[in-house]
Amino acid sequence: MNALTIAIQDSTTMLGRELKHTLRFPLLLVSTILVPVVMLMLFDYILGGPIGHGLGDAAHGASYVDFLVPGILLLTVAAGCGPAAINVHTDMAGGFIDRIRTMAVTRGALLAGHVGGSVVRTLGAAVVVTLVALVVGFRPKATLGDWFAVFGIVAAFSFALAWLSAALGLVAKTVAGANGSTLPIQFLLPFLSSTFVPAASMPAGVRWFSENQPFTPVVESLRALLTGAPVGSTTCLALAWCAAIALGGYLWAQAAFRRGVGERM
Amino acid sequence: MNAMTSDATRNAVSVSGLRKTYGKKVVLDGVDLDIHEGEVFALLGPNGAGKTTIVRILSTLIPADGGTARVMGHDVRREAAAVRKVIGVTGQFSAVDNLLTGEENLLLIGRLLHLPATELRARTAQLLQLFDLVELTKRTPATYSGGEKRRLDIAMTLMGRPKLIFLDEPTTGLDPRSRQTMWQVIRDLAADGVTILLTTQYLEEADQLADRIALLDRGHVVAEGTPDDLKGRLPGAHIRLRFADAASLDEAARELRDGTRDDQDLVLRVPNDGGIRSLRDVLARLRDDVAVEDLSIHTPDLDDVFFALTGNTSKEQTT
Repeated sequence: MNALTIAIQDSTTMLGRELKHTLRFPLLLVSTILVPVVMLMLFDYILGGPIGHGLGDAAHGASYVDFLVPGILLLTVAAGCGPAAINVHTDMAGGFIDRIRTMAVTRGALLAGHVGGSVVRTLGAAVVVTLVALVVGFRPKATLGDWFAVFGIVAAFSFALAWLSAALGLVAKTVAGANGSTLPIQFLLPFLSSTFVPAASMPAGVRWFSENQPFTPVVESLRALLTGAPVGSTTCLALAWCAAIALGGYLWAQAAFRRGVGERM
Repeated sequence: MNAMTSDATRNAVSVSGLRKTYGKKVVLDGVDLDIHEGEVFALLGPNGAGKTTIVRILSTLIPADGGTARVMGHDVRREAAAVRKVIGVTGQFSAVDNLLTGEENLLLIGRLLHLPATELRARTAQLLQLFDLVELTKRTPATYSGGEKRRLDIAMTLMGRPKLIFLDEPTTGLDPRSRQTMWQVIRDLAADGVTILLTTQYLEEADQLADRIALLDRGHVVAEGTPDDLKGRLPGAHIRLRFADAASLDEAARELRDGTRDDQDLVLRVPNDGGIRSLRDVLARLRDDVAVEDLSIHTPDLDDVFFALTGNTSKEQTT
């Protein structure tokens, strides 16, 4: 076996462990589903009327729920950050990590397992959330190819945010801190993007931020794909953001992993 | 050590001049150790002596600040990967995965060791049997007792049949029966020819299990040898007599010339094996008007070893 085969094998083993953890302790998965579903209900049933009216041309003639659901999918991806950070942090605080470190296990396998597990969890949650959305009246106009693209973007964004969350989980001092540090990703960034309302409707300063932060091109891509609108270059921008966040998160996480485990008494 | 080069007693571990500091605190201050292949070696010392730090350095978890350490011929710093292939470590804190069952824990370790599928199953079943964990196979460690958890921990350590095992305080926190079980586990491993480095705070444990003991105090090895060697260096058992006044102490000291007096505490320590006959003999030599406030029989324990070997003569003075 060469090093790459072993690395893949070790990462797969760690992924299996992470998925088993999710099944044994499903609370974190439930929260990943519950938060976007509650937001869906809140924005569709309670806030959706006036927002839908105000939306006007921005919805391209679609109903507000069709505008909203791509944003809710984004929110689902963001909601996966909390569990990812918590799980990584919990692992580093326990004795198990020391056992792994005294074995000839591929160095990055543990984090790779966490990131892979987070992506699988998020995709599962996204499927459930999409089904709920269909029940409450979401009527996508996506082709099969569009759906594959949606799946790909959700997976890519989830992958990127999972590396970032892993880093946040590693540098956090407590479990609560691990979760807390992901809250801006989970809530602030989605609200300050075109997740719920178009960026164009925001005050100047916020609008500038909203138009230039990663969540907006991602949600615009999903929205275009799901409502059958022309996709344009926004998807390229979205994928570029994913790549940048993934790379930054990966490097940060690797450095934090080395530092975090290096000098514990 | 003069047996370093002989093949029959090759060193599983050789440590020289090992140093480690955390901030300003010197944890290891030039430790030298040689552990021969196939022996059980105990690092004996109180909390904070540096036992765990030695284990963590030897098991590649932390780097030393100075000195060299080789495990099975490999430098722990430069050839960490090679070291990790031959060692097994059971740390002081549980290293089991609490969300996986006992069986899944073993399977996980086996997969990370890249055992072939058939061997993976066979070894898992064998270890569950060996460590009396069969009934716990399908349960998660959250429901285990302390002893059961420790047994699973050691079973996981043995999954890859390591040649050298580090056991950091393997019986701390266990009830007496679990401690006995753990001792038997260690004896069985030793009988199989596995080299074992164990740390302990208990003299009795080191005495029961170890071929050789190194006594560690504040980052120094203060004594090293077989259990009998060390016991030969212990202060003898004695009777401790405390008197009501200086006059009584003076009188008793005249009668019991082999005693050591402590004027400040009005105490006289008389060497004695603690037997009834010799005790009666000592008492018979005291006159009736000597006012003895208190009598206690003192047999040597780990504290005595420390106080004897670290140059601190009286533990009463320090407590």
